[in-house]
Amino acid sequence: MKFPFDRDTRRRWIDLAMSGAAFVCVVIAIIPLGSILIEASVRGLRSLSPAVLTATTGQGGIGNAIQGTLILILLSALVSLPVGILTGIYLSEFGKNRLGAAVRFFVEVMTQVPSMVVGIFVYSLVLELGLIGLGSPRLVFSTISGVLALSTIMVPFVARTSEEALRLVSIAVRESALALGIPRHRTILRVVVPSASSALVTGGLLGIARVAGETAPLLVTAFGNNDWFRGLDQPIESLPHTIYIWATGPYVAQNQAAWGVSLVLVLMMLGLSIASRVVIRLRSVSR
Amino acid sequence: MATKLRVESVSAWYGEKLAIQDITMDIEEHMVTAVIGPSGCGKSTLIRCLNRMHETIPKARVEGKVLLQGEDIYASSPVSVRRRIGMVFQKANPFPTMSIYDNVAAGLRLNGVRNRDELDKAVLASLKQAALWDEVKDSLDKSGASLSGGQQQRLCIARALAVKPEVLLMDEPCSALDPIATAKIEDLIFDLKKDFTLIVVTHNMQQAARVSETTAFMYLGKLIEVSNTRELFERPREALTESYITGRFG
Amino acid sequence: MYLFRWTRGKGRGISADTLGESLFQWLSTIVALGVVGVLALIAIVLFFEAEASIGAFGWSFLGGTVWNPQPPLLFGALPFVYGTLVTSALALVFGVPISVGIAIFLSELAPPWIRIPLTYVVELLAAVPSVVYGLWGIFVLAPVMRTSIEPFIQGIFGFLPIFQGTPIGLDKLSAGVILAIMIIPTISSVSREAFLAVPDSQREAALSLGATRWETTRMAVLRYARAGLFGAIILGLGRAVGETMAVTMTIGNKNVISVSLFDQGQTIASWIANNFTEAETPLELSAFIELGLVLMLMSLIINIFARLMVARVLRRGEGAA
Repeated sequence: MKFPFDRDTRRRWIDLAMSGAAFVCVVIAIIPLGSILIEASVRGLRSLSPAVLTATTGQGGIGNAIQGTLILILLSALVSLPVGILTGIYLSEFGKNRLGAAVRFFVEVMTQVPSMVVGIFVYSLVLELGLIGLGSPRLVFSTISGVLALSTIMVPFVARTSEEALRLVSIAVRESALALGIPRHRTILRVVVPSASSALVTGGLLGIARVAGETAPLLVTAFGNNDWFRGLDQPIESLPHTIYIWATGPYVAQNQAAWGVSLVLVLMMLGLSIASRVVIRLRSVSR
Repeated sequence: MATKLRVESVSAWYGEKLAIQDITMDIEEHMVTAVIGPSGCGKSTLIRCLNRMHETIPKARVEGKVLLQGEDIYASSPVSVRRRIGMVFQKANPFPTMSIYDNVAAGLRLNGVRNRDELDKAVLASLKQAALWDEVKDSLDKSGASLSGGQQQRLCIARALAVKPEVLLMDEPCSALDPIATAKIEDLIFDLKKDFTLIVVTHNMQQAARVSETTAFMYLGKLIEVSNTRELFERPREALTESYITGRFG
Repeated sequence: MYLFRWTRGKGRGISADTLGESLFQWLSTIVALGVVGVLALIAIVLFFEAEASIGAFGWSFLGGTVWNPQPPLLFGALPFVYGTLVTSALALVFGVPISVGIAIFLSELAPPWIRIPLTYVVELLAAVPSVVYGLWGIFVLAPVMRTSIEPFIQGIFGFLPIFQGTPIGLDKLSAGVILAIMIIPTISSVSREAFLAVPDSQREAALSLGATRWETTRMAVLRYARAGLFGAIILGLGRAVGETMAVTMTIGNKNVISVSLFDQGQTIASWIANNFTEAETPLELSAFIELGLVLMLMSLIINIFARLMVARVLRRGEGAA
C-alpha cells in the first residue's frame, strides 16, 4: 500500500487505524458471547424436552438438577440475604469510623477468595466439626454443606451491593426523618431501607444469580446425586455440576445435552436478572 | 496593519441551541483583540470556533467562514489549523504526568521533532517567551503540576507557543489567578504581540482596556460592537455597549 | 470509642426507643463482625488443615514436582503453580490489549447512543458461568484451536519452543484464551472508569496542540489514567488466578511442566477441582489444602495490591502517579 509520506496524512492514517483497532477489540469480545448464546440455543433446544426436564440425571434428565439448584440457591438466599443486608446496613449507617473501614476492607477481600478455596474450606470445617461431634463427617457431601459454601460466597457480595444501595439514599431523606424525632434505628428500618429496597432486591437477585452458576465449591460440598432431593444431609445435584459431568464425560449424546442444561441455567440466571430490573421498574412506577 | 484572521458570518450551535449568531469581524495581526461581554454571551464559543475546538463537543455545529490569511480553516484539517492557531484555557491544564520540559515539548514531538538539541532550543525559547524560564530553568524535569497556578498558566502558554502558532487564543486566561499572577500574564500578553496575533476573552473590562488595541463586545450571541479599545470604552456607539461598560448589567 | 450512646430521654431511665436503637446497632455490628470472622475462620481452618503438609514438606512443597499419593507420600506444588502462572500470563497478554481497546472505544470513540448498550453487552460476558465457558471451550474453541489456529501459529512461529509439539486443542493456550475472555469485563470496566475520570481539560489541552484523536488518547488519557489502568490489570490477574471450571475443562489436566503452550497442563484450582475428592490419605488431603492456601494467598495479595492502586487513583484524581 502506498503511504503518502506527508507527516500529517500519516498521523491521520494512524488515527484511523487505531480507531479501527479499538472497534475490532469490541467485536472480538462479543464473538465468544454470541457464539455461546448461539450454541446454547441451537444445540441446547435440540436436546431439551419435557421428558428431560422431569427425569432425574440417573435417567438421563435434569429434573433433579433443576430441583437441586433451586433448593441450594433458595436456602443460601435465606441465610445470606439477611446477613448480607444487615452487614450492608452496618457498613453504610454505622461504619463511618475506623472499625467500619476495616470491616469494609475485609468484606471486599472476602469477595475475592477463589470459590474453589471456599469449597475446600467448608469441606474441612464440616469434617472437623463432624469429628468433634457437631454433626457428622458424612455431612461434608450434603445439601447443608453446599448451602454453607454458597452462602460464604454470597454474603460478602450482598453486603457490598447493599451498602451501595443504602448509600444512594439521599442524606436529605435521612435528615428529614431524624428532624421529625424518629429514632435512628426506626429511621433506618422504616425510611432508609424501604427507599433503597429496589436496589437491595436487585443486589440480592444478582447475588443469587451469581451463585446459581457456581460449580467449583459444589464439587467438594454438595457433590452430586443422581436422584431427587433426599434430605439436607444428603448430597444434592445442581445444574452447573451436571453441565460439568456431562461435558467432560465420554458419551457424545451427553456432551451435546450439556448445552441444553446450560440453556436452562442461563435462562434461569437471565430470569433473575430480568426480575431484578422489573422490580426497579415497578418501584419507580409506584412512586 | 494587515488582517490576520477574518470571521465571516459565523454561527454556532450546541445541538439545537443557537449560541452565537452571524458574527463578522476582522482580527488585525500583531495586535491584541479583546472580546468582552456578560456571562453566556458566547465569547468563549466564538473563539473556540476559531481553532475548531467547538466541533469537538458532541452535537456541536458551526456555519460560516473563518479565513486565516485568506484560507478557510474549515476547509483544512483540524490538526493543521490548531497548529497555526493555538489556545490557552481558563484553568491551566498542564499534563501532570509529564515534566515541565515534556509539557513544552509535547506539541513539537507530535509534529515529529525528535532531535534533542532542537527540542532543547525550542523549549528554552518558549519558556523565555512565556517569562517562565528563570523560574524553572533548574527544575525542568519536575512535574508540570508542581508549579503554582500562575506558573502553570505560563507553562501552558509556553506549550502553546512552542509550535509557533500564528494566532494565540486566550480564553479568560487570568480568571483563576491572583492579581500578581494576573499582572505577570498581562505583561506577557503585551510582549507577545510583536511575534503573535492575540485574541483574549475576558470578563474583566479593565483588563480588556489595559491589554488590547481592539475590543469586541458581545451580548446574547451577537456581536454588538467592535472598535478601537479606547473608542469603545470612551465613546461607545451602541447603547447596549454603554450600559455594559457603565456596569448597568453583566 | 463509643459503639453506642445512651441518650437521656425525658423522665428517668432509658426509653424503649433508645434500647431498640442500641440493640439494632449492636445487632448489625455483630453480624458484620461475624462476617469478617468467617474470613478469619477460613484462614484458621485452612492453616489448621494444611499444617500436616506444611510440617512434612516445608518450603520444598512449592518446588516439588511430584504428586505421589502412594507411599512414599510426596507432594509438590510446582506444576500447578507453573500452570497457574502461565495461563494467567496468557490471559493478560490476550486480555489486556483487547480490554484497553474496548475501554478506549467506549470512553473516547463511541457515539453516545451506542455507549450504554455496548457497555451492557460487555458486562454480559461476566454473567456467563465459568462452567458454560468451559463447555464452549471444549466443543467450540478447542477444535478451532486444534485444527486451524494452532497449526497456523506453528507454521509461522514453530521455531520457538513455546509453539512446538502436536497441537491438541485442550492445552495451556486454549485455557489462556478462555481466561482472557473471562477477565475482559473486569479489566475493561475498571479501565473505562479510569478513562472517564480523566478531565476533559486534559483532552482539550492535547487537541489544541493539534493532536489527532488517537494522539490525544495516548498523551492525555492513557498517561493520566495509567495508575488506574495498572490497577485494572492487576484486578484482572487476580480473577484469572482464582478461576477454576473453565480452566479445568480446557487445560488438558496433565501434571507436567512443559514449555510448549500446545501442551496440556494443570493449575492449582483445576488440580483441586479434579482430584480433591480422590485424596487417599490424610496427608494428601492436607497437601491439597496447603495448595488451596497457596492459591488464596496469591489471590489475596494480588487483589489487595490492585485495590490499593485503584483507590489511590480515585482518591487523588490527579494523574501524577
